[in-house]
Amino acid sequence: MPKRTDLRKILIIGSGPIVIGQAAEFDYSGSQACKALKEEGYEVILVNSNPATIMTDPGMADRTYIEPLVPEALERIIARERPDAILPTLGGQIGLNLTVELAERGILDRFGVEAIGAKPLAIKKGEDRELFKESMKRIGIEVPASGLASSVEEALRIADGLGYPVVIRPSFTLGGTGGGIAFNRNELREIVERGLSLSRVHQVLIEESLIGWKEYELEVMRDLADNVVIICSIENFDPMGIHTGDSITVAPAQTLTDVEYQRLRDYAIKIIREVGVETGGSNIQFAIHPETGRTVAIEINPRVSRSSALASKATGFPIAKIAAKLAVGYTLDEIPNDITKETLASFEPTIDYVVVKVPRFAFDKFKTADATLTTQMKSVGEVMAIGRSFEEALQKALRSLEIGRHGLGCDGKDKRPSLEEIVRKLKLPNHERIFYIRYAFQAGMGIDEVYELTKIDPWFLEKIRGLVEFERELRRYTLDTIPTQIIREAKRLGFSDLQLAHILGVSESDVRRKRGFRPVYKMVDTCAAEFEARTPYFYSTYEEENEAIPARRKKAVILGSGPNRIGQGIEFDYCCVHGVLSLREEGYQSIMVNNNPETVSTDYDTSDRLYFEPITFEDVMHIVENENPDGVIVTLGGQTPLNISKRLEENGVRLLGTASEAIDIAEDRERFARLMEELGIPQPENGIAHSLDEAKEVAMRLGYPVLVRPSYVLGGRGMEIVYGEEELIEFVKEAEEVSPEKPILIDKFLEDAIEVEVDALCDGEEVLIGGIMEHIEEAGIHSGDSACVLPPVSLDSRTVETIKEYTRRIALAIGIVGLINIQYAVKGGVVYVLEANPRASRTVPFVSKATGIPLAKMAVKLMLGKKLRELGVKERLDPGYRAVKEAVFPFAKLPGVDPALGPEMKSTGEVMGISERFGMAYYKAELAAGMALPTNGTVFLSVKDRDKPKIVGVARKLKELGFRILATKGTANYLLAHGIDAETILKVSEGRPNIVDAIINGRVDLIINIPVGKGPRSDGYQVRRAAVDYNIPYITTVAGALAAIEGIEAIKRGEMDVRPLQEYHRIAELEAGAGPLEKPLAQEWARSL
Amino acid sequence: MEAMLALEDGTLVKGKGFGSEGIAEGELVFNTSMTGYVEALTDPSYAGQILMMTYPLIGNYGVTEEDFESDRVQVEGFVVRELCKRPSNWRSQRALAELLEEHGVPGIEGVDTRMLTKKARVYGTMKSALAVFKPGNGPSEAELLRRAREQPHITELDLVDRVSIREPRFLEADGGGGRKLAFLDCGAKRSILKQILRRGIDVWLMPFDYPPEKIMELDPDGLFISNGPGDPARVHQTIGTIRELVGKMPIIGICLGHQLISLAMGAKTFKLKFGHRGSNQPVKDFESGRVFISSQNHGFAVDESSLAGTGLEVTQINLNDRTIEGLRHKELPILCVQYHPEAGPGPHDTHFFFDEALEMLR
Repeated sequence: MPKRTDLRKILIIGSGPIVIGQAAEFDYSGSQACKALKEEGYEVILVNSNPATIMTDPGMADRTYIEPLVPEALERIIARERPDAILPTLGGQIGLNLTVELAERGILDRFGVEAIGAKPLAIKKGEDRELFKESMKRIGIEVPASGLASSVEEALRIADGLGYPVVIRPSFTLGGTGGGIAFNRNELREIVERGLSLSRVHQVLIEESLIGWKEYELEVMRDLADNVVIICSIENFDPMGIHTGDSITVAPAQTLTDVEYQRLRDYAIKIIREVGVETGGSNIQFAIHPETGRTVAIEINPRVSRSSALASKATGFPIAKIAAKLAVGYTLDEIPNDITKETLASFEPTIDYVVVKVPRFAFDKFKTADATLTTQMKSVGEVMAIGRSFEEALQKALRSLEIGRHGLGCDGKDKRPSLEEIVRKLKLPNHERIFYIRYAFQAGMGIDEVYELTKIDPWFLEKIRGLVEFERELRRYTLDTIPTQIIREAKRLGFSDLQLAHILGVSESDVRRKRGFRPVYKMVDTCAAEFEARTPYFYSTYEEENEAIPARRKKAVILGSGPNRIGQGIEFDYCCVHGVLSLREEGYQSIMVNNNPETVSTDYDTSDRLYFEPITFEDVMHIVENENPDGVIVTLGGQTPLNISKRLEENGVRLLGTASEAIDIAEDRERFARLMEELGIPQPENGIAHSLDEAKEVAMRLGYPVLVRPSYVLGGRGMEIVYGEEELIEFVKEAEEVSPEKPILIDKFLEDAIEVEVDALCDGEEVLIGGIMEHIEEAGIHSGDSACVLPPVSLDSRTVETIKEYTRRIALAIGIVGLINIQYAVKGGVVYVLEANPRASRTVPFVSKATGIPLAKMAVKLMLGKKLRELGVKERLDPGYRAVKEAVFPFAKLPGVDPALGPEMKSTGEVMGISERFGMAYYKAELAAGMALPTNGTVFLSVKDRDKPKIVGVARKLKELGFRILATKGTANYLLAHGIDAETILKVSEGRPNIVDAIINGRVDLIINIPVGKGPRSDGYQVRRAAVDYNIPYITTVAGALAAIEGIEAIKRGEMDVRPLQEYHRIAELEAGAGPLEKPLAQEWARSL
Repeated sequence: MEAMLALEDGTLVKGKGFGSEGIAEGELVFNTSMTGYVEALTDPSYAGQILMMTYPLIGNYGVTEEDFESDRVQVEGFVVRELCKRPSNWRSQRALAELLEEHGVPGIEGVDTRMLTKKARVYGTMKSALAVFKPGNGPSEAELLRRAREQPHITELDLVDRVSIREPRFLEADGGGGRKLAFLDCGAKRSILKQILRRGIDVWLMPFDYPPEKIMELDPDGLFISNGPGDPARVHQTIGTIRELVGKMPIIGICLGHQLISLAMGAKTFKLKFGHRGSNQPVKDFESGRVFISSQNHGFAVDESSLAGTGLEVTQINLNDRTIEGLRHKELPILCVQYHPEAGPGPHDTHFFFDEALEMLR
């Protein structure tokens, strides 16, 4: 069937901010879909609230709406655009849920919009557990025994019938949010209560536990002619009981015979037909009993998913792109296979390597979080690695994770756990378990014993035991006696030079010198070499034939940012992708290196060449040696490539752009401080301490509070504001683990300062300021966690001029060629510089979306030697509207964690709100971040004494807006004394009924709670946590409260406006000083707002 | 044990040996299925060939006799990247190396199978020789290369004779049949028989050269020609039998059977450059417009340009190279397919072929 011609305009829904369970994979799938549909000549309308995405680049769709993903905004966009169809299957769960809501509210019918890909009924069959169960019954496929509960009592009854443990799955939530495993009635009560509150339909499924069963996933595609193909099978290393997003997974399935695999395939095909997913990809999960082979279907995701992104990268088959084409009517046999060109998409990929995915966790950021892995996803990112053996892929994946490990142990980071600890760590699933399996074998445990504790298939355990045995053999040698054959064997098993160095007691470079051979690169080609592949997508391995024959032309390597984690997310991938595009524009072959399967940068048609590899010195050097590029770009991928830049340069690699010496000046606090002194730019008073005594001395000299942190870290890791010596001592103790050889930095903390952030370009001669952002939250909250507005709304022009001037001076003095990000604090009319990052920053995509200036792209041109004046771009410091960035947090997924903000970054993603005025932009940003600010109802206020004077204005305004105010005694009395009527409610520590009761009972609509004191026992914590658990908007800073009021005022004043980015950029361009003829246009537009 | 593999183009790779000691000769063919090595190893169509799996980890789930496609290992030799010594699966009865050893088949592991696959893709299937030996006991490199080069070409071997049964046997359908099928065994896979018996049809299993008169004597409701190894053009007896019986009863064929029917009707076959062997081959069915994923194992194919005047028409093609996958006679009840609708290993998309074909038996 050819493509549909009755459709002209298609609306694509993106997935919004990066949260646990919904990450960059949907940018990848959405971008592919946009490209695919545009290629077919459709007009593409995109809506997504996440500015850090490639899909929201103005060129990807015809009109791009960066607006909140809520029905109200969608309705306005649909009314304005009148699309013929909506494609909901590429925007993750958000896209699906939103489409169901639009359908239920009659909006789709009213505007005559057809849902393509999956109809609302199919979506419901996939999502609604009861409907799914019925569907499976109809086609004779077993599902786990279960019952649906809408109350705790009902849940208890069902669980008693099934027998404990039971699994709790809330309906319609993402990444298993609110789910869990209960081993007893108490745990059941707790989980069900939370689950019910998080479920959109207030329902949870209580299910027979399949803990310990083997877990499989199949990626399935179907077209309108009912052709169905399986793209990839995935076997979970971790058995049932751990969310697949938190499991180590392997492709293809390893331990199933063809008979068993075909059974899953038959089931999958029956399921996709029964559920009625018309076209596109679905992910279907199965569990198999390890001793009997009993097979049950667990669930279907009737959309592209994290697993389908993985399957796409693992096989080379572009699931999202094909899904988009199928949605408009093509059949699989009408679409060519991009990789081979000569064959078609209607086949099943077969692979001749092993793929291992390992999740990346952020428990280091949430020390109080329960790190036990369950059915609720907790990981924030993932890496994938490819090898010709399981061991090779596993070890490559582990060293890609950037958790300081260089493989499965023997890297100088090993612990010596007791047998007791080993047993505990094996039994209770956790993110370190893979390392403890190794310890178990080292301690002499057998396969059976480890299997009993973990239920991990003996096939995998055997592989790990093999590594332990091989390591033992390696230890018999020295660098001089080790035969090349044994080194080769080690490399085939994935050992890095660094691991070998530790085993042999020499340095990594000794091993490198001794080795004398290099890896080869093999191609990912969808067909196990049966057909010639045209797409150069490579992985390294130790074999005979090298397939990555370097091209003889100008070329540059871009090092990516590795796994998503807090502090380094999709923003850096955005920068890398722009870097690739820029290289291409400049006539260079672009060579991308990355290991994050969720990303656009690892799409095979993003760069000219893709190396799916760990970003370590060794692995990057191998690529450089194979390719011999003109240069390597280390400043787009965040801290990851920067960390190895010095060693690369020392080994003769030419870095493009800012030199490693300049990087060092910016990163080394002492050198940076000296430079600021020379330039006459104020910094908060600071000092460096190499010991505890020194730290005490420095802090005393500066006066508390002070900001302390280890040097060379990203995302404010380990950063804290310290108010007294006791806290300081504690911090120093902990800091030791963070980064051993590095000293501690101590800054005077500027209380209540306004923080300002600047992204700028420098060509060595001139500086272009990309954007100036004013943080909403005061200094002390990590910039990544703070909301910000572009352009600044409260700074006077003199301050802005000072910031611009400082930025120019600093960029030139450091010697930046490319991007720089500088953070300032403004207090008492003085501008202080806090730090400078000599690379693309987290805010680059936001600034680019807000202003229309493609900063990352331009940066690469500068790195290649172009000058700013050649690029002919003007600064757009005031684009004529306001763009607000807001951070999005993972607290709902991390029970028990305190959602208070501080200098250590905790957010996983971001959203943008854009409008003519600040209030509406802020309101939209909050809404997009999941905080629907109320327009009436009750506000709970609780602030520390210090902040009480500041909150009076907030309270008065709230009263004027018609809110009822509820406050703890101290705050209420203070407000009453200032003539503001407030009701008193008890703190948690004062008895009951207290504020938490009120929150649970739905009596509170907004919480303004300024934190006092840390720790889970404090009252403030209880309130914040209840706010998260019961999904009540909450604000933890005075500045945030003020901004929220502006937002509430704006929404009370008028309706939410929606407008495509392309129109905003046109305005920015005109504002920046286009010809006089065009100016009135801008004014006209402004009037129409 | 050590092992060496030599190809007729002079390629020589060394690895570790497993299975049985000795030297095997045959065409080196690659199979791209990621599962199903037990079925492939016991598939009589691989007689005369050394089988190489493109998936690098083989033996993971061990060996289950239930999954055998015949009563023994049929390949001449086996080539893998990595052999699993300790398999894991609840149905596994033993490790793969033991199976090969028991059946006297040599295997090699630790070689760059992807490189070898690419060679086959570029230069076409090559003759090869595989030696497995104790250190110091093997042939010289030159000797092995000579054996690779000097062995007869697959078109010079009568392989069907080696794998067909000797005496006819009667197999009763599940639940007792009624209709009876004369089944010429050219090296049939068990899965084919299972599919037929499952549909309530009794089977007279006969040697490939069973005389047509004797078939007629049994008065079957139809004739079935199975899959099997080697060059179809050499299987004169079966071609003759088919010719004799055309028009007298419905005729059904799979794989080699499909080629033999075509030859009997006057079409021609040719040798593919490197064949189709795997579980992911897309077959387009013209009547329904649908695409099915099929399991395939063949080195020869029917030449489309030779169909004129044979009465045969193409019902299905392979979407990868557009070669013929299915044929039907315009008037007579003759239906055959090139792929393996019985799967084993492979997807079950085309099980319906048996329904359609056996429908012809009235």
